Amino acid sequence: MFNYIVKRLLQLIPVLLGMTFIVFMIIRAIPGNPAQVILGQQATPEAIEAMTVKLGLDKPWYTQYFVYLKDTFTGDLGESLRTRAPVAEELWPYLAGTLELAIFAMIIAVIIGINAGIISAWLQNSWFDYTAMILALVGVSMPIFWLGLMGQWAFSIEIPLLPTTGREATRDPVTAVTHLYLIDSLIAGRFDQFIQVLRHLILPGIALATIPMAIIARMTRSSMLEVMRSDYIRTARAKGQKMFWVVYKHALKNAIIPVLTIIGLQSGMLLGGAILTETIFAWPGIGRYIYDAIGYRDYPVIQSGILVVAFFFVMINLIVDILYSFIDPRIKYD
Amino acid sequence: MSKPAEEAEHTATNQEVHSISPWREAWREFRKNKIAVVGLLIVLFFILLAIFATFITKEGINDQVMTDRIQPPSKEYWLGTDDFGRDIFSRIIHGAKISLWVGFSSVIGSIIVGSLLGIIAGYYGKWVDTIISRFFDIMLAFPSILLAIAIVAVLGPSLRNALIAIAIINVPNFGRLIRSKVLSIKEDEYIMAAKGIGMRDSRILFSHILPNSMAPVIVQGTLAIATAILEAAALGFLGLGAQAPTPEWGKMLADSKDFIQTAPWTMIFPGLAIMLTVLGFNLMGDGLRDAMDPKMKN
Repeated sequence: MFNYIVKRLLQLIPVLLGMTFIVFMIIRAIPGNPAQVILGQQATPEAIEAMTVKLGLDKPWYTQYFVYLKDTFTGDLGESLRTRAPVAEELWPYLAGTLELAIFAMIIAVIIGINAGIISAWLQNSWFDYTAMILALVGVSMPIFWLGLMGQWAFSIEIPLLPTTGREATRDPVTAVTHLYLIDSLIAGRFDQFIQVLRHLILPGIALATIPMAIIARMTRSSMLEVMRSDYIRTARAKGQKMFWVVYKHALKNAIIPVLTIIGLQSGMLLGGAILTETIFAWPGIGRYIYDAIGYRDYPVIQSGILVVAFFFVMINLIVDILYSFIDPRIKYD
Repeated sequence: MSKPAEEAEHTATNQEVHSISPWREAWREFRKNKIAVVGLLIVLFFILLAIFATFITKEGINDQVMTDRIQPPSKEYWLGTDDFGRDIFSRIIHGAKISLWVGFSSVIGSIIVGSLLGIIAGYYGKWVDTIISRFFDIMLAFPSILLAIAIVAVLGPSLRNALIAIAIINVPNFGRLIRSKVLSIKEDEYIMAAKGIGMRDSRILFSHILPNSMAPVIVQGTLAIATAILEAAALGFLGLGAQAPTPEWGKMLADSKDFIQTAPWTMIFPGLAIMLTVLGFNLMGDGLRDAMDPKMKN
């Protein structure tokens, strides 16, 4: 086990280096003179020259890359061209926004997805099974930005139940400590804001949860169906155990393993998918931060934003892989 | 019937069974799956819409009737009009052309590049394999939509660049698939035999290994078209794909954002079109997987 974890960590090194290289190449791959592109057509030659030096584009590429690597590993993610603030400082509130949304969405997706999958398998070929699986198929095919817009239209405009945009009630906000507003509002003892934050989370959370929910439901169903056919389940049933316990205690334990991998993979995907949800709901998350940066051609922000999200993505997958080996001791790693 | 005649007939039936090509067998399996056939019909419906778009619609995609701005669905405008007085029905039908074009061509692009890299990695092994496989790992380390956004941020927003970005992000999926297929086929006896009689590598690769790796690629390709259409719409929605006044579905949705309150139909129908097309490809892909490659099922 220990060897496996070490091996997995070692394998991560080339991937992380490769990631930094791809992200590093973003500015360098801009067709033409990047400094010119960033500053626009009206820029003076002096300004272009200054920008070239600022971005280090006047040095050979390998020198630039090593400087970039060194900076990145020491936590220096560059400086935003628009706000002139260090990206590493600016980033956290946005990242926290995305994490809060993604975690909330994942909780919805896991609870509903797994249960829908279990019940579908339990009641195979029933109307519940058919409805759930058709919904899951539609869910996988759903453009989340459309679902988000529809949600806004239905539940904010037609039936004004939930707020359309933002993360919290802007009047009288809570002082941000962790920037995870649910936690911040609890720290401040402000239950009114806590409820507000929760209400703001519902629509974007559901929009973001739809695809993983559908995928988790389908995976759980097929995994459960496979397990339900095994001998030990038949034995448990023959012993006269209640079906509920057979399904939720015995079958689920073995069926959950492949589902966990999917959950891990989807959690990473959520961070990427959040960019669309955040755009619709004006959610100040990292996706929106990157998206706005594209509009301003703020390449250091684009680079670092993408790098941070990709880093989280890789880490989540690593954690899932390691967890996997704990949960299922049958799996052997060479 | 005499015994030898019976035997002969038995052998003949057996031969007949064996002579059915794997493609025909897959089609037979596919036809049995009603949901998959529904998927195929949805896809065919949109393909026909795309082909006959100009005959079906009476209004041009960019014809503006300013007196008929933001009209709800009616006899004259089946799906209503947008804020420029353009007929949404016409734009959606023409949008099918764009979405299908992006879906098919980006996936074909990824299949070509991915197959080439996958074949080289799988067949030659050693350091070539290490480099290519690591490259795939690194690309897969990015959430795909984010990588697409990064590529478009570099190349500049346009439909063509969105197509290129979508093609690039799908390369590792096909590359890995083909690589693993090549690795298993490489050890098959008929490949050993081909090598034994001195057949050139390129001929073994392209005449034997590639055709025998096609089934999973077709399955994966169909599902990838669904994702590609979604991704193109997402990029269009973010303003990084098709630009105005192209009637791309994602772009149409983005334009409808400001009219949710007053004209929800400008938002409902383009989204529905995206969902149906993607659903069609997903259903068809699932059916193809069950028919052609049951082992891939989950």
